[in-house]
Amino acid sequence: MKDEVTSREERIENLKGMGCSRKRVEDARFTQGKGNYVDDIKLDGMLFGDFVRSPYAHAKIVNIDTSAALEVPGVLAVLTAKDLEPLGLHWMPTLAGDKQMVLADGKVLFQGQEVAFVVAVDRYAAADGIEAVEVEYEELEVLVDPFKAMQSDVVLRPDTVAEDGSPADGAHGPRKHHNHIFTWEAGDKGPTFETIDNAEVVAEETMYYHRTHPCPLETCGCVASMDKVNGKLTLWGTFQAPHAIRTVVSLISGIEEHNIRVISPDIGGGFGNKVGAYPGYVCSVVASIVTGKPVKWIEDRMDNLMTTAFARDYHMTGRISATKEGKITGLHCHVTADHGGFDACADPTKFPAGFMNICTGSYDIPTAFLEVDGVYTNKAPGGVSYRCSFRVTEAVYFIERMIEVLAIELNMDAAELRRINFIKKEQFPYKAALGWEYDSGDYHTAWDKALKAVDYDGLRAEQAQRVEDFKAGKTRSLMGIGLSFFTEIVGAGPVKNCDILGLGMFDSCEIRIHPTGSAIARLGTISQGQGHATTFAQILASEIGLPADSITIEEGDTDTAPYGLGTYGSRSTPVAGAATAMAGRKIRAKAQMIAAYLLEVHDDDVEFDVDRFVVKGAPEKFKTMKEIAFAAYNQAIPGIEPGLEAVSYYDPPNMTYPFGAYVCVMDIDVDTGVPEIRRFYALDDCGTRINPMIIEGQIHGGLTEALAVALGQEIAYDDMGNVKTGTLMDFFLPTAWEVPNYETDYTVTPSPHHPIGAKGVGESPHVGGVPCFSNAIQDAFRPFGNRHTNMPHDHWRIWKTANELGLHD
Amino acid sequence: MGKKQHYKITVNGKEEEFLAEPRELLIYTLRERLNITGPHIGCDTSHCGACTVTIDGKSVKSCTMFVAQADGKDITTIEGIGGPDNLHPLQTAFKEHHGLQCGYCTPGMITRAKKLLEENPNPTEEEIRFGMAGNICRCTGYQNIVKSIRAAAAEMNAAKEAAE
Amino acid sequence: MIPAAFEYHRPKDMAGVLSILQEHGDDARVMAGGHSLIPMMKLRMAEVPHLIDLQDVGGMSDIEIGSDSIRIGAMVTQHDIIDNDALAQAAPILREAALQIADPQVRYMGTVGGNVANGDPGNDMPGLMQCLNATFTVVGSDGEREIPAREFYEAAYMTAREDDEVLTAVTIPMPQGGHAYEKQKRKIGDYATAAAAVQIVKDGATCVSASIAMTNLSDTPVYSEAAGSALVGTSVDDAAIKAAMAAMLDDIDPTEDNRGPVAFKKHVAGVILRRAIERAWSRT
Repeated sequence: MKDEVTSREERIENLKGMGCSRKRVEDARFTQGKGNYVDDIKLDGMLFGDFVRSPYAHAKIVNIDTSAALEVPGVLAVLTAKDLEPLGLHWMPTLAGDKQMVLADGKVLFQGQEVAFVVAVDRYAAADGIEAVEVEYEELEVLVDPFKAMQSDVVLRPDTVAEDGSPADGAHGPRKHHNHIFTWEAGDKGPTFETIDNAEVVAEETMYYHRTHPCPLETCGCVASMDKVNGKLTLWGTFQAPHAIRTVVSLISGIEEHNIRVISPDIGGGFGNKVGAYPGYVCSVVASIVTGKPVKWIEDRMDNLMTTAFARDYHMTGRISATKEGKITGLHCHVTADHGGFDACADPTKFPAGFMNICTGSYDIPTAFLEVDGVYTNKAPGGVSYRCSFRVTEAVYFIERMIEVLAIELNMDAAELRRINFIKKEQFPYKAALGWEYDSGDYHTAWDKALKAVDYDGLRAEQAQRVEDFKAGKTRSLMGIGLSFFTEIVGAGPVKNCDILGLGMFDSCEIRIHPTGSAIARLGTISQGQGHATTFAQILASEIGLPADSITIEEGDTDTAPYGLGTYGSRSTPVAGAATAMAGRKIRAKAQMIAAYLLEVHDDDVEFDVDRFVVKGAPEKFKTMKEIAFAAYNQAIPGIEPGLEAVSYYDPPNMTYPFGAYVCVMDIDVDTGVPEIRRFYALDDCGTRINPMIIEGQIHGGLTEALAVALGQEIAYDDMGNVKTGTLMDFFLPTAWEVPNYETDYTVTPSPHHPIGAKGVGESPHVGGVPCFSNAIQDAFRPFGNRHTNMPHDHWRIWKTANELGLHD
Repeated sequence: MGKKQHYKITVNGKEEEFLAEPRELLIYTLRERLNITGPHIGCDTSHCGACTVTIDGKSVKSCTMFVAQADGKDITTIEGIGGPDNLHPLQTAFKEHHGLQCGYCTPGMITRAKKLLEENPNPTEEEIRFGMAGNICRCTGYQNIVKSIRAAAAEMNAAKEAAE
Repeated sequence: MIPAAFEYHRPKDMAGVLSILQEHGDDARVMAGGHSLIPMMKLRMAEVPHLIDLQDVGGMSDIEIGSDSIRIGAMVTQHDIIDNDALAQAAPILREAALQIADPQVRYMGTVGGNVANGDPGNDMPGLMQCLNATFTVVGSDGEREIPAREFYEAAYMTAREDDEVLTAVTIPMPQGGHAYEKQKRKIGDYATAAAAVQIVKDGATCVSASIAMTNLSDTPVYSEAAGSALVGTSVDDAAIKAAMAAMLDDIDPTEDNRGPVAFKKHVAGVILRRAIERAWSRT
């Protein structure tokens, strides 16, 4: 083969491997309208299914009359719980050890709950059929407050009451009350309480992380197609974890896994909304089996917001103790977690409150105690982790608010208070008081860099002047400086303590090199916009020396992809990325032997250099990876099988811990409650950076979702359990007009245990962004006595804060 | 089910004739009847803009139009804006500047951006954000979308100047 | 989000429209741009067995600027309003308000007629037209009549237009003086948390006329005669503005919703009105 004389730098550049802003291979189809999303799928004879849904939040089902619906032209069937019961499918297991009704079984527990499934020739007939189903309800008392639910005689779930009337045990142990789900504890209660009780300074605060929703632009849906001839079920769907869905569908349907093919095609955003299984999936499968035709279900936006997995809804009370000088000595956190009608969290089995126990945050806190009580209410079931690792948004919000409250208690600058409490670089790997071992970090460097970049002292001086001007009546605008220094815990996770429904949270990569030097790699993850087809090829390019442009990355088809636990909680790079590197190294190891054979030297006499193996000390003697690839198919090498393939199932030894330093400057119109974001600076450390362009895009997107959550995006209920924010009229999604430009920056502190030192980054901006935006608002009012105000900070709530502080007089 | 009527619309330069109920929303006509699946559905209340097409020179949310209203009209979707042999500068710019992630808003985004640049060939950043406020994105935070549109505008203006 | 079935009519002239309205009464409704009606139909909150599409009916798409009045056809879109430079010269408040309605796509389809005829308290044009003392031309089987905007709105979704009448045009006396349309909203595309339309005329240093109308603070738009009077004869100083705000607050009756509680809305209404008055005054 002809070898042009290219420099080593050029060879590296040509690979488009790790570290370069490779343009995305996905963009060709998306910019031309040739994506393949679930609702684009059309099969011969395909039917359409949709739900009759309860208008009531809590009611008995007295009767369901489907006769009129069945008369509607085009309607073929109407399924109710009675039809699913003989199959044992009227209930299904959740990913949190609970069970959930697929169709209302005797009663409904939240507004919008699925009552019947109408199957018709198209969605128009289905809609008409839904109107014609007559359901008789008997309204029951509604519980929307988890604290009241824990005191109430009203039994939400009859299955939580034992025969003798006492609360039955739940999936995670005994219940305190029939509406109680679990108690989960972490840390040391005795020592922590003692430390706090005897501390010089204690700050206590109660805060509510409001219920919100991931709201990806594409709603959830599926197409189920039972091939009766071959006995094989194919299920396309919006699945962030296709293999897990296959296993779950197999377990509940009785169809063996080898006869189930689950395909996640292009997905229009996930953000956690598409991890779990929904009644729509089950009903579509049943309807396909019953009718012998493919059945499609695509939910409306209202269905999505009102009934699919919400996020957050954590009532948190914190106590943080410190010395007079500001050194934190202890932390206590209690959470009342509102799970709605069913605990449909997608958490690893042993963690019913996810990784809430990262709530000591970035600070060196010697002792801590966390307890979480899960509670049922008449709201939609959940909650999932919306653009975060499990419950990490809640944990980080909690600690980043507690540190601000402590700063107020100590009358200290909040940036300085953080600095003196950061875990020091030399303390890593750091064993946190609530159990996790943080892999690496250099918080002080990041913090100093961030504060310098925004001229923090200058901002505080400007703010002080603004307060004076406000008091003198010269301005009606207050200035807020929002700070956030977050440590995330992502990359679930080590099999020994992370499993979902018993499936260990490893992940996988399988690579096959073709004779002419290109390759295909399949992973157990599934992109919903993160650009895996682009970035995982970059990892491989650097590992195996073939150009990224010559590597196809495939995900999402369970018939061909190796088993994995999917993409959520920023786990793809930490786990599947590691598997990719390890599989790449197996390829390289075999390539080394082939190269040695071709060069007629010992295995140890060749070394890898960018895209080739060279003889040590004789660099003019080399074989490129392309030549080696062909040789794998062409040569009969003693002791070496033909072909060039490898697979790696990677069980991570630990989670990874990306971190970041964010600063937000806001100007707030005190009279209208309208905030203006003047500046947002985000420094992220995700370890090794695979594609800076994609990282920047993730930061922009995550910060924008943070802005939305902090400044108004909520799922709100009234006292009767009616959803007040069920459409995009009231569910706040900012447009391009409401969103600022972001400044992004970075440091690099690789993960010591990850094969390429990468930590993952997709969700960091959301986790760190929410407290940053919230702190900016709260900081603006701090000089006037604000200690803590709950989110969301929409106009009227900001106005209310100002009003209650007397700023309108 | 209502009675079906006869309709004729032009989509991406091709005339389509069919029978449909008047209540059929144009987005479904495009996606399900004509297999033009570029425009997407993202909401129920005409907010998100994922369904945006161009009709007789106007940017329109096709989820808020009955096929009956569209009878006789000339419709352009993303598929009519550019393809593998003739990419529109917006399509190349969105790739160059990472103006998309999951791709779901992208057809509507680019279709609207094309019309915006016809309205205003040299928009400021503020004018772009205002002019694109009918299209919601959940992934990008809009910053790179704005960058992509500015880059496309610059390229299109340079090409126009060169041609003159 | 699938609407119920209906019969669709696209008559070529007003006579055709009226005859369908006569024939089907309550079961028939006209549609202009459809961006108020179709979302309601998709949610099955509006049942329209007979839908009359006005798009082929001529004579309603013009903007005619006369010497002392402006006539805007009911089918003129928000986009047309914004795009018309002569109109922006003659009545700049219209462009200013239209730019704050909805988003670009909706503005291409949303019509002036649709915005004023519905009786939706959230719409911006009703209050604006009251501020401008517009009259609406309404056509029925008995012929044409003119209804002043200030007398048109009775309650939410209830107006002086009979079910078998069609609003065909809006006539505005040529506006005088300084203008402002000030609107607070949660985001682009939202209805107003509070909005104020102000036209104000200065002679020397004194206000000689002021017209003030408020939006989405009641079940109808609120033309506040008292608020306008509070400015007349003054130099529109702080005291006068405060008096106008107080008078306006007596005329509105906001309800609590997702935008906020009553106290908030009242406060913001006052702030918005102040800003509108100050800006309009600065433009005199």
